[in-house]
Amino acid sequence: MDRLSSFLSFVLIDGISYGMVLFLISVGLSVTMGLMRFANLAHGAFAAIGGAVAVSLMTSTGLPFLLALVVAFAASALLGLLLEPILYAPLYGGDELDQVLMTIGLIFVAIASLNLIFGSTPLPMRLPSWLAASVDLRIRIVPAYRIFLIAVGALLMLMLWLTLDRTEFGARIRAAVENPQMAQAVGIDTRHLFAVTFMLGCGLAGLGGALGAQMLPIDPVYPLRYLATFLIVVSIAGFGNIKESAWVAIMLGVIETAGRYLLPEIAAFLTYLILIAVLLWRPNGLFSKPQ
Amino acid sequence: MNDVRSIVEQQARAGTRWRVVEALPWLLFVGFYFLFETRLALGNSVLVMVLFTLSLDLVLGYAGIATLGHALFFGLGAYTAGIVIVAGWPEPFSGLLLAILVAAAAAVITGMLLLHLHGNTLLMLTLAFLVLAYEAANKWTSVTGGDDGLQGVAASPLLGVFAFDLRGQTRYWYALFLLAVLFLVARAIAASQFGLALKGIRENAGRMRAMGVPVKRHLVVIYSIAGGMAGAAGAISAHSTGFVGLDTLAIALSANGLVMLVLGGWGRLYGAIVGASFYVILQHFASSWNPFHWMFLVGAALIMIVRFGKGGLLGVADRIRNRLGGREGADR
Repeated sequence: MDRLSSFLSFVLIDGISYGMVLFLISVGLSVTMGLMRFANLAHGAFAAIGGAVAVSLMTSTGLPFLLALVVAFAASALLGLLLEPILYAPLYGGDELDQVLMTIGLIFVAIASLNLIFGSTPLPMRLPSWLAASVDLRIRIVPAYRIFLIAVGALLMLMLWLTLDRTEFGARIRAAVENPQMAQAVGIDTRHLFAVTFMLGCGLAGLGGALGAQMLPIDPVYPLRYLATFLIVVSIAGFGNIKESAWVAIMLGVIETAGRYLLPEIAAFLTYLILIAVLLWRPNGLFSKPQ
Repeated sequence: MNDVRSIVEQQARAGTRWRVVEALPWLLFVGFYFLFETRLALGNSVLVMVLFTLSLDLVLGYAGIATLGHALFFGLGAYTAGIVIVAGWPEPFSGLLLAILVAAAAAVITGMLLLHLHGNTLLMLTLAFLVLAYEAANKWTSVTGGDDGLQGVAASPLLGVFAFDLRGQTRYWYALFLLAVLFLVARAIAASQFGLALKGIRENAGRMRAMGVPVKRHLVVIYSIAGGMAGAAGAISAHSTGFVGLDTLAIALSANGLVMLVLGGWGRLYGAIVGASFYVILQHFASSWNPFHWMFLVGAALIMIVRFGKGGLLGVADRIRNRLGGREGADR
């Protein structure tokens, strides 16, 4: 009994904190693929760049962890803001093959640049002492870092919810995802709206990359290695289902963590099998209205 | 209706007629053997990649199927050919045939499951099947060698006479012969009415369906033919190098296939030849560089091609020719 509850608490805490990282990184992708139907394979690059900037600043200048997270957000958001009009905007509404090719090109350039700037080895993430400590939760002792991830993830999720549901900006996004033509017809500048959400999505990816650097270590091939991981979250939830993608991310985090301990032989297949089953059953994702 | 039929037949005839230029790549491939006898291993990998890219062109360039999973068929072919030999059946031609059958069968199965889908969903599912196969090959070490790859794939001499030796004469002619045969198949398909129907599906699937064309069946057929061709490329690679690694099932191979096809120009068969040859040879000479520099170059080139270079190298060549032609016309 004791072993069961300790196992369960372990799977839940590790799984949910991993899921929070997945959520933060993929939420922006959900917007890109939902709002502009853009096959964006390069989203992981923004996570890697944010993470690399934060981790290397922490090591080289001793920047405090929380400040480094802010820098990670800012760096990726800025990059998104710069690249969106040059590389992404010309391909909106175009052929998905062009989008795939451009973003593959972007992945290659990102990998090469990361290697040039930060070196080819994984960047070691040194947590501040208050996060490296452990917390006794009665049932088991848990790394404070995991608790912190869950708290930050939950906080950002709440903020995102409130923004989407309670603000005019959120209403515009929901309208544009639901029906872009109609949104434009009633006077929503979808082009501008998308530039802003793209930037925010990139920023959140950078933040997620930095926060998750211990679980998904930052090195140059990061954008290629986790390419499928983030896309899977978004595809299962259905492109554009922003809130649902959060639940899917947490679910996948827990399932993958549990799988790795219960069924280590097939854990690597698990998420892909789930993806295939879901998309064959509902091609537009679990939470999309059947057409 | 008769008019439509005569136009279709006329188009099909025009496609089967040979032009003089078409001899050029084959003369170069034969010439390569005599000019660069020390670089036949490189030549062999060019031919293998040309075949792989050619098969991708049938799927993507002709039928318009957006896939990230084409490496699945290359890898299945390579592992089938390798495993048969390691298991004690070293005869290469039967191994090649089996590899083609396995890859084509996998293409039929995945094609029937997937080819009614489009866009991002199709991209994700083709990718998912590829990664599943990669993980399977990675985990199933007793058969595939896992991370170390399948070592010691020693095919017996071709036809009992020509050994796969280090100098690489056998492997070069083996690959060139098979490429030529399969190119003829691809060319015949492209010029046939079936090929025209595929182009129609690429341009407007809804209209083709309304005309009574069995869209999904056509797509599954071309997907399995191309899958078999990619499987052949994988088998040739296994026989030639004596090794099968996990990179034959990697996402990167799918991505490189796309890069080579787009570099040459898709939907015209010769684009695959130009793109793959150019890419592999350039990569070979860049191998002394830091591999990341090569990656940067490829990535930047890809972005530029998408933005400015529609149609790849052959497309750019067409445009230059048209412009020169146009100017001549204006002078007159």
